Amino acid sequence: MNAASTNTELLEVLAGQASNQSNLRQEALRVFRQLGLPNNKTEEYKYTPITRVLQKELQLSNLFVTDGSTPAEEKWIIPVQDTYRVVLLNGYFVTDKSFLPSNVTVKPMLQAAEKLHGHIGRYADFKTDAFAAWNTAVWSDGLYLEIPEGIKLDKPLIIYYLHDSTKGQVKSVSRNMLIAGAGSEATIIEKWQSFGNNPVISNTLSEIVLHENAQVNHLVIQHDGLTHIQYLFNQFWQHTKSCLNSHVFTLEGAFIRNNTRVCLDGEHCESHLYGLYLLHNSTLADNHTVVDHRKPNSNSNELYKGILEDQAKGVFNGKIFVRPDAQKTNAFQSNRNILLSDKATINTKPQLEIWADDVKCSHGCTTGQLDEEAIFYLRSRGINHETARAMVLYAFASEVLETITDTSLRTYIDNLVSERLHKNF
Amino acid sequence: MLSIKNLSAQIDGKQILNGINLEVKAGEVHAIMGPNGSGKSTLASVLAGREEFEVTGGEVEYLGKNLLELEPDERAREGVFLAFQYPVEIPGVSTINFMKTAVNQVREHRGQDPLDAVSFLGLMKEKMKLVEIDQSLLNRSLNEGFSGGEKKRNEIFQMAMLEPKLAILDETDSGLDIDALKIVANGVNKLRSKNNAIIVVTHYQRLLNYIVPDFVHVLYKGKIVKSGGKELALELEAKGYDWIKSEAEVV
Amino acid sequence: MSKDNQLLEELTSREYEHGWTSDIEMESAPKGLNEDIIRFISAKKNEPDWLLQWRLKAYRTWTTMAEPKWPNVTYPAINYQDIIYYAAPKQKAKPKSLEDVDPELLKTFEKLGISLTEQKRLTGVAVDAVLDSVSVATTFKEKLAELGIIFCSFSEAVREHPELVKKYLGSVVPMNDNYFAALNSAVFSDGSFCYIPKGVRCPMELSTYFRINAANTGQFERTLIVADEGSYVSYLEGCTAPQRDENQLHAAVVEIYAMKDAHVKYSTVQNWYPGDKEGKGGIYNFVTKRALCAGENSKVSWTQVETGSAITWKYPSCVLKGDNSSGEFYSVAVTNNYQQADTGTKMIHIGRNTKSRIVSKGISAGHSQNSYRGQVHVLKRAENARNFSQCDSLLMGNKCGAHTFPYIDVENNTARVEHEATTSKIGEDQIFYCLQRGIDEESAVALIVNGYAKEVLNQLPMEFAVEAQKLLALTLEGSVG
Repeated sequence: MNAASTNTELLEVLAGQASNQSNLRQEALRVFRQLGLPNNKTEEYKYTPITRVLQKELQLSNLFVTDGSTPAEEKWIIPVQDTYRVVLLNGYFVTDKSFLPSNVTVKPMLQAAEKLHGHIGRYADFKTDAFAAWNTAVWSDGLYLEIPEGIKLDKPLIIYYLHDSTKGQVKSVSRNMLIAGAGSEATIIEKWQSFGNNPVISNTLSEIVLHENAQVNHLVIQHDGLTHIQYLFNQFWQHTKSCLNSHVFTLEGAFIRNNTRVCLDGEHCESHLYGLYLLHNSTLADNHTVVDHRKPNSNSNELYKGILEDQAKGVFNGKIFVRPDAQKTNAFQSNRNILLSDKATINTKPQLEIWADDVKCSHGCTTGQLDEEAIFYLRSRGINHETARAMVLYAFASEVLETITDTSLRTYIDNLVSERLHKNF
Repeated sequence: MLSIKNLSAQIDGKQILNGINLEVKAGEVHAIMGPNGSGKSTLASVLAGREEFEVTGGEVEYLGKNLLELEPDERAREGVFLAFQYPVEIPGVSTINFMKTAVNQVREHRGQDPLDAVSFLGLMKEKMKLVEIDQSLLNRSLNEGFSGGEKKRNEIFQMAMLEPKLAILDETDSGLDIDALKIVANGVNKLRSKNNAIIVVTHYQRLLNYIVPDFVHVLYKGKIVKSGGKELALELEAKGYDWIKSEAEVV
Repeated sequence: MSKDNQLLEELTSREYEHGWTSDIEMESAPKGLNEDIIRFISAKKNEPDWLLQWRLKAYRTWTTMAEPKWPNVTYPAINYQDIIYYAAPKQKAKPKSLEDVDPELLKTFEKLGISLTEQKRLTGVAVDAVLDSVSVATTFKEKLAELGIIFCSFSEAVREHPELVKKYLGSVVPMNDNYFAALNSAVFSDGSFCYIPKGVRCPMELSTYFRINAANTGQFERTLIVADEGSYVSYLEGCTAPQRDENQLHAAVVEIYAMKDAHVKYSTVQNWYPGDKEGKGGIYNFVTKRALCAGENSKVSWTQVETGSAITWKYPSCVLKGDNSSGEFYSVAVTNNYQQADTGTKMIHIGRNTKSRIVSKGISAGHSQNSYRGQVHVLKRAENARNFSQCDSLLMGNKCGAHTFPYIDVENNTARVEHEATTSKIGEDQIFYCLQRGIDEESAVALIVNGYAKEVLNQLPMEFAVEAQKLLALTLEGSVG
């Protein structure tokens, strides 16, 4: 079987059966077929051989959807107190496991979709990325959340994406739409948990709109098993004076591609993008970010840090666009990496594209190893090597950890990071 | 030398100067004092020709010319010098190179031949002594990484190099410790002559102990509300600005 | 604002200084490209068969390749059959000395400030002058020969030193490296060759001066520099072209081979005709430049000041193969009007303890687009590799664009790679400060831009640095928006 025919076959399996389709889905399917799955010539997937991995892992048969039973709660709930939650199982909304806020509109995407004509796909571009097109064409369900004007969500909302592959391979395509009304506030967390030994391919796409003066804290926690091949696309759309804090924590998984895109389509917006990837084993994690300044007087700040061990591969691609109208923009980006093993690799491409002159933009990017000087200093004070190393690594990671404002959440993530870095001080 | 009549100016639609009148003759030193936001620095900027400020009324005559019609660099070549409150940093351009360009453009304007490297360095050495500035500082990029005091000394050094007829010192004392202040003031005093005039813009009286003015004017809400001799500065130092404010409000 | 516009206007209407043409009797190949044309070129130059075969192989490879689409530039499709691939000044016999050279030719270079008569001795620069397809004169050959240095036209090198040419041609840039390198390999007409023997420090700057004169002609020269163990050479390259309405293609190849302890410094001031203010005409400058630091402790520094060409596509690179070898890239790229530049470097770290340094300063004005594209690749074996990159962009006005595309690929955990980039504009406060000291606006811009580019300009040899500074000032006068 040659690669091309495998590709087409794989693509059709991913596309599944088309029935009762909206115009958008049909259009997206057409785009998906036209783009085809990315190969090593595809610039945006140059270092991320997702098609090859899928070809290897997916047997194209034995796909399992759901038998309606949800794994026991204690196996997936995270120790963050007092939260709302939404549960999706293999891409389908599980109402009886969800715990929803009352003063907002919240419902399964499948139910909401009809009335969202013209909204879905309006923000997240699916014309240039096969996986976004795939999602738009065949998503099964997801969350629709609309926070009315002025409402502050009193507790964080966690979206649990559960994947049960005990009885077969799972292909899970979910789609969310989150609308933060003017002056509203919310904290949204996304968390994945797989069960079973069969591979899971998940594709999650959210369109998140921040209306005037809205504030959204968004956290992604990727700490799943080595069977999980994940594509994640979060498209944020900011209106005037809105404020976004986006966090992406990647600790475990087989193969992860994150697209985090922010469009600053209003003046005086603030965007903060933080990422921390601690990779080991043979995990590949690819963070592609886009910060698109379209209007004047906004600020964006991006900090992504990574520590790579074993044969892990890290990819970072950060784009900043400053359009001709976006005068007085301040846009900063920083990507720092530490390679701990001689088999780990990092490919990073910080990319600035500027069409306006009265702006302040910069990016910085470093790749290095542990600061031996710092370790020596600590050791000279009587701290053993292992502790000193953990201290230095933890200090490196804590710059990102400190940006989480919710204490309960910060403690949870801090514990995960500490455990990984063998923090013993 | 300088005659300001009913000068008004605004920035971004906000009126800052509301009819300033001031006469400065050669050989005189005028101090302009006033509380924060009274328009002192605006006046300095307008005289130097900063484009952000829009002159909305009045006139300024300088050596028989309409100053407001001249471009900023023409004003400089005609002998107007502004010592900046916040001297600008220009990476990669040494002070020496910068001054050589300026001096020779000014000389050209005056119909003089440009200075060759040797005479220029000679002139520089001579002027450096005035403000006790070190040559190594002048080899560095203009103002980049200079301390507050170094920047201000560099301003006075440039003043010495350009030999202006009218020098405006905008808050030259701000950010200076007492030793630096003395050096700067000393430099200015050495440059003082019967042919040139100096306008010292300052918030505090401190600098005027060292650069003794002939006249003191108090600016408040964009107007000169009180003028007097050097004793007025002492009075302000003792009493603060509040009595001026209340006096002005009554008027 | 109106004043700025006026200044912008003044700038954009400024004429290209070297836009004149010379009336020199030329001999050309017919338009178009096929194997017969390649045989024609090879025959014209009395080349040995191995070189003809090499060219033909390159041509066949080229026909299977596609023009690269990834650069951040746009231009109408090039009709490769509409180009003349060989044009040479007609000469009755090969000139024995400068006295035999067509005086019109000498005048052409004289007018460009390049004296081929050896009065240049004072400045200590040896020149190889290339007009359209061929080298017309090389100065100081005898003096250099005393030291064993070979500095001559490429054609002469093929005749006189075939063993060296055969050994190193294509050893750094293989014929199938990329589309334009393949094209060059098939049709290159002349260029410069330089060999510095073991332990010799070349006492003067070597320089190639390229001039496109004939219309509808492509220029495809090839430069090969071989620096033997422990040698040193500083090489300069300059170029101009007449002002013509149609675009002209320049696809050159420069190969540098540095052996153990050798040090090569290669400086370019590129001032090809950039097109007029509407973007009509100008040179397409699609150039492959690469150095192989083959030996231990070898070092290659590229310095470029790019002000000309309608489109620039150029990535002078270093392959750091020898342990402890190092590569440097210093670049100032200025684009104005409708110019487009996609330029940068590749630093490929293969050997241990290899070092590289990249300093790129882009300046965009008018409607131009200026991209930095670079790669720092640390391979598995490259223990203790070090790289530092600084890529700054300066924008003037908001009709232009500045783009940075740095690829950083690290496969060894002992590497330290740092990349920094900033974007800024010329501050109004900086301009005002200069004005207040009596400096006019044009001089102020020139002063600030030269300050901005200083780190790169400092790398240039003296004569070039002065030239480059003037050129920068000239290209950007008054373009503050």
